[in-house]
Amino acid sequence: MLKKRVVLTFPKETVEQPITYHLIKNYDLMVNILSAKINPDEEGRLVIEISGQRKNLDNGINYIKGLGVTIQPLAQDVKWKEDRCTHCTACIPLCPSHALMLDRVTMKVSFDSDHCILCGFCLKACPYQAVEILY
Amino acid sequence: MAKTIAQINDRIKKGEAVVVTAEEIIDLVNKKGVKQTAKEVDVVTTATFGPMCSSGIYFNFGHSKPRIKAQKVWLNNVPAYAGLGAVDTYLGATELPENDPTNTIYPGEFKYGGGHIIEELVAGKDIRLKAISYRTDCYPRKELETWINIKDLNEVVLFNPRNCYQNYNVAVNLSDKVCYTYLGVLQPRLGNAIYCSAGQLSPLLNDPLYLTIGLGSRIFLGGGIGYVVWQGTQHNPDVVRGENKVPKRPAGTLAVIGDLKQMNSQWLRGVSMTGYGVTMAVGIGIPIPILNEEICQYTAVKDSQIYAPVIDYSRVYPEREPDVLAEVNYAQLKSGKIIIQDKEVPTGALSSYAKAREIANILKEWIQGGKFTLTEPVQLLPSVDSGITCQPLNERP
Ligand code: SF4
Ligand code: SF4
Repeated sequence: MLKKRVVLTFPKETVEQPITYHLIKNYDLMVNILSAKINPDEEGRLVIEISGQRKNLDNGINYIKGLGVTIQPLAQDVKWKEDRCTHCTACIPLCPSHALMLDRVTMKVSFDSDHCILCGFCLKACPYQAVEILY
Repeated sequence: MAKTIAQINDRIKKGEAVVVTAEEIIDLVNKKGVKQTAKEVDVVTTATFGPMCSSGIYFNFGHSKPRIKAQKVWLNNVPAYAGLGAVDTYLGATELPENDPTNTIYPGEFKYGGGHIIEELVAGKDIRLKAISYRTDCYPRKELETWINIKDLNEVVLFNPRNCYQNYNVAVNLSDKVCYTYLGVLQPRLGNAIYCSAGQLSPLLNDPLYLTIGLGSRIFLGGGIGYVVWQGTQHNPDVVRGENKVPKRPAGTLAVIGDLKQMNSQWLRGVSMTGYGVTMAVGIGIPIPILNEEICQYTAVKDSQIYAPVIDYSRVYPEREPDVLAEVNYAQLKSGKIIIQDKEVPTGALSSYAKAREIANILKEWIQGGKFTLTEPVQLLPSVDSGITCQPLNERP
């Protein structure tokens, strides 16, 4: 089993295609949608985690490329620098996946990278430069 | 029975003083009543940690050979104010580097500036100093470029004209687009709310009428010892207050000073506000002597009794309109959501309650250990009836 996190950018015409359905049905892959967004100019952006046999993965990715969809590896990591975090909580209402979490008794923030969908919201919200996105 | 500061100091020196934090006093007063608690407790420690824009350092970097009368000064390419004595200069926390793109690519990142330099200087890092000037007979040099380090500076003093706001606005955004403000990133249509106060731990909320904090009060400042030297700019004591006398709007402020050499970069942190600018977060702790029951009662204030105004930062704040959307208390704010216009709005803060709590405990240990005694203020801060208010600007053609 192999696992890949990728960002798919769809041109306007392909937005409507049921790509994830085909990946699952025709290529025997598991698809986990981490985030999905359609911009005002109707370009779509989908962040997915795909896992399956290497051969199926390669075939699936070729299928996506053939549709004119740009496929890029996902920013690999969001790094939370504990020593720089002041536990201000500015990021807490913005983190959609609760990867950044607040213990309301200690009022301290913690980070669980497994829940992070790499949306980048915390990056702009953190005043203390305590989060970093590594590509 | 009333106590005096001298009596409390005697007890501190003997290691007998009873010191509790502004959180701990709440339970004590609850359990034992205010009368008994006022008798037993000598000092309550309060604290706050958050961005405080009116902050900065002045320093004397020593005379070069030959001498220069610095006319313009830069530190790591960030301009400092040089209109003082020949080699005295002031660096403000919100100053940006020369040629910073600011908001030309909106929203700007504002990664570096005055606040960050102060943090680095305190941490012991070398800073590049550049000065230029014109020639005089006594100061012939026109250019100077060198490294400076905190340990080599003659004097380096943190001097903040406005810190420690007594209460503050809660910022929300009623518009349809993201707002980048000094209170942080505000999502459209009431997407989030941001507050900035330590609430029940905050110094001036525990001494709402300035009965003990005044000029000359010795405080925890940036990890070292500092002093209150004046009311801060925009000090505005005469605002709407609750029955408990706690202001429901931004009110009192403090000007504070202290030797930067004994401070710690953990408590002076450069801050980058996306789309807005840079500033510095300052850690402050203030001891309140429990001289009588009234003072004790004020320190027992809790989050659910302290109200802050919710303000729209997409229009009302920038246009200096008076509208207040709602009043919410700090217990609600800290719970993670408030209700505004029937909508549940998630909350976050810019100030750190965890850090404020840490400071209150450090100050408590200092006092218990006998290494920090209290000072008698030379003069108290202007209070509600002082006639001092914060006036807006009346522009004249
Ligand atoms: S990138 Fe930041 S805001 Fe987004 S999910 Fe990860 S931690 Fe949360
Ligand atoms: S915004 Fe930054 S400093 Fe504040 S709690 Fe989140 S990660 Fe920590």
